[in-house]
Amino acid sequence: MRLLRLWPDETRFDFMRLRHFSFPFSAAISIAIVVTFLTVGLNYGIDFTGGTLIEMRAKDGKADVGPIREAASGFGFGEVEVQEYGTQGGVSLRFRIQPGGEAAQTAVVEKTRDAFGSDYEFERVETVGPRVSGELVQAGTIGVILSVLAVLAYLWFRFERELAVAAIIGTLHDIVLTVGFYVLTQHEFNMTSIAAILTIVGYSLNETVVVFDRTRELLRRYKQMPTVELLNLSINTTMSRTAITSMTTILALVALVIFGGRAIEGFAQVMLAGVFICTYSAIFISSPSLIYIGLRSRQRAGAGEAALAQPAE
Amino acid sequence: MLRYSKTKTILTLGVILLGLLLAVPSMMSKEQRDAYRAAIPSWVPSWLIPHRAIVLGLDLQGGSHILLEVDQPDLVRTQVVALRDDVRRVLRETGVAAEGGIQTTPRGVQLRVGDQAARARLVPKLRELSQPITNAILGQTGARTVEVTEGEGGLVQLTLSEQGIADRVRRAVDQSIEVVRRRVDQLGTTEPSIQRQGADRILVQVPGLQDPTRLEEILGRTAKLEFRLLGDSGSTDTELMPSRDSGGQRVPVERRVIVSGEDLTDAQPGFDSRTNEPIVNFRFNLRGAQRFGEATTQNVGRPLAIVLDNEVISAPRILQPITGGSGQISGRFTVQQANDLSVLLRSGALPAKLNIVERRTIGPGLGQDSIEAGKMATYIATLLVAAYMFATYGVFGFIANIALIVHVGLIFGLMSVLEATLTLPGIAGIVLTIGTAVDSNVLIYERIREEARAGRSVVSAIQAGFDRAFATIIDSNSTMAIAALILFFMGSGPVRGFAVVFILGILTTVITAVTLTRMMIALWYAYARPKAIPF
Repeated sequence: MRLLRLWPDETRFDFMRLRHFSFPFSAAISIAIVVTFLTVGLNYGIDFTGGTLIEMRAKDGKADVGPIREAASGFGFGEVEVQEYGTQGGVSLRFRIQPGGEAAQTAVVEKTRDAFGSDYEFERVETVGPRVSGELVQAGTIGVILSVLAVLAYLWFRFERELAVAAIIGTLHDIVLTVGFYVLTQHEFNMTSIAAILTIVGYSLNETVVVFDRTRELLRRYKQMPTVELLNLSINTTMSRTAITSMTTILALVALVIFGGRAIEGFAQVMLAGVFICTYSAIFISSPSLIYIGLRSRQRAGAGEAALAQPAE
Repeated sequence: MLRYSKTKTILTLGVILLGLLLAVPSMMSKEQRDAYRAAIPSWVPSWLIPHRAIVLGLDLQGGSHILLEVDQPDLVRTQVVALRDDVRRVLRETGVAAEGGIQTTPRGVQLRVGDQAARARLVPKLRELSQPITNAILGQTGARTVEVTEGEGGLVQLTLSEQGIADRVRRAVDQSIEVVRRRVDQLGTTEPSIQRQGADRILVQVPGLQDPTRLEEILGRTAKLEFRLLGDSGSTDTELMPSRDSGGQRVPVERRVIVSGEDLTDAQPGFDSRTNEPIVNFRFNLRGAQRFGEATTQNVGRPLAIVLDNEVISAPRILQPITGGSGQISGRFTVQQANDLSVLLRSGALPAKLNIVERRTIGPGLGQDSIEAGKMATYIATLLVAAYMFATYGVFGFIANIALIVHVGLIFGLMSVLEATLTLPGIAGIVLTIGTAVDSNVLIYERIREEARAGRSVVSAIQAGFDRAFATIIDSNSTMAIAALILFFMGSGPVRGFAVVFILGILTTVITAVTLTRMMIALWYAYARPKAIPF
């Protein structure tokens, strides 16, 4: 039986040379993301801005967006975003947070229910008050920072400092690009997005660690090999695995994007983009950055063995 | 040697079978599960037979998640009013006159008593208003509810202490939880969850509610009922309150409360026999009946104000003394309003106003759609990944696929025994782990290929593949687990559901890769005796 192979055996591809393209490319993209992040910004969901989100479906299957927009704008709750979704008369309304504290938000829900309750079925009603949204922003920010620090500590402990720093550079790169994906697509940025980012942090490190594990092993075996050659060998020997695992993850996520339903679609799309970003950065950002950071154990030739935290063997 | 001992084989299969059996109750419908649980004889210890099941999150089964917060400013205002009344009483009892009366400050009251002798008589009495704060753990804390300070020119200030307010908030939450529970129970819903969250919040989760509006209306009301007399507008013993009878116009009501809602023993909705208007019939306890009887006897002909949450809902004239201990409240109610009011009166008043700070309501239809979509995505993802693995690794791919299916089964088994909540992001997590779970197998297989290419024999290559890939598997999965753990601790609700699935998924994939896969490959080797690695 002839089996499928995504990546040929025994390649000797010079990945490290591509850093002359990948570094400027990623730097330019990152700057562009920071600029658009500051000018265009994220499409924050009510988790972080506070406010009210209502999703309703027309009982007769036909939504009339025009009159709904008109009526909702007349409620006196400021600007309302009205959007159609799905094919069965779904309409979503998003109200900004209302001045007057926590109690003022309830009036929005009551008024909307009174106005549309007879013709529409309410599928989702979410209100987040100003205090809770503030806390969610805090929790989200702390979570992302904490995860980066915790993983840095783990890698420092399990590998050596240089590898840990290189891995974190790749991870930060992936976080920036993921945020960039949110800016570009204007997908709603909410608590689920924080979950997506943390998952991407995990996946990014997973990719990097597999390569670095090999780097660590090769360091021990070939004490005299130049750094660039060593890194190239690490990637070439793990590339087949990287290709296969990326492929299975992509297949699962494609199923999720297509069949998972509207509520999950956004999350799945971001994760899908994340797999590409993480695979790219593990090969073209994290690894080559070691050329500049340097491998401590190499510089102190001879003491190299001792400087490595040794897991198995 | 590529051997997997008999003991280990039995142990591995046993543990996996047990894990899969744990998932069985979760696969049943609710009716089947109830019947199944009922069918377990009572003499069988409950740990022996899997009976626990996964809980569906509110986003999947539909329902309401409502986070209530004690309105602290409102609570402080009430406390300040009570303090002012107490100070007024003390002034009356000691016969001391305060120059310019009692002024309220944002957190207390102040008064001026120029005469030193009078002040010396008054202040100790005022200090008695302050109670020590006790704590269940520490006992006496040393802090008091009110701080009394004397300033220049005979100024006396009474301020509610920080600890006193915090203590009040804490107790208000405790009392409110009881009241909220009684109210929610009256709605006749199944398995509502009501729990304290943080210092000043209550989380109410009610699954499968058809009409969440009603729940919110019932939770948001303080339901403080008072019977008072209407007064004269000029008097200092009255306050102005909006009245429903006169279209929201403010009417003077005596400050003195004749009877309050605490003295009610029962309240039922009904109809007025003459006008056929919906009303609420109530009954007082002994103390309430006595007081109500006295007040109505002395005040025949005067209007009696029925005050609900500082609004006069009606003010009927007292036609004759009411000594029977029961009566009725009318107030232009709809049938629903009369129903709700009787529910509220039966459950008791909240000690403070509760605000809804977060609300997430999902209709039952949307939840069902999400489950169907999630199932579909899971099946398709499994199919795609399994087909791809088989195309890449042949027999070994088949082995990885068995491990993959066991992995998904074990996630359900573990979630069942933990009675974990499956949310919509949790389903996304399951699909995602289907993609990543095979990674451990891929790492092992690729390593085996490499070792074989390096000239090792089949057995030796397989052995080395497992051994060398192990450290990588642990390291790469640990970093994932760290990120997932942090998500678990900082996330809430649906997001936490995702974290749970992801953490369990990492656990089961490592276990299946190093035990089940290894065992199956050993068995296959013993059977096929291959001359080369077949991929």
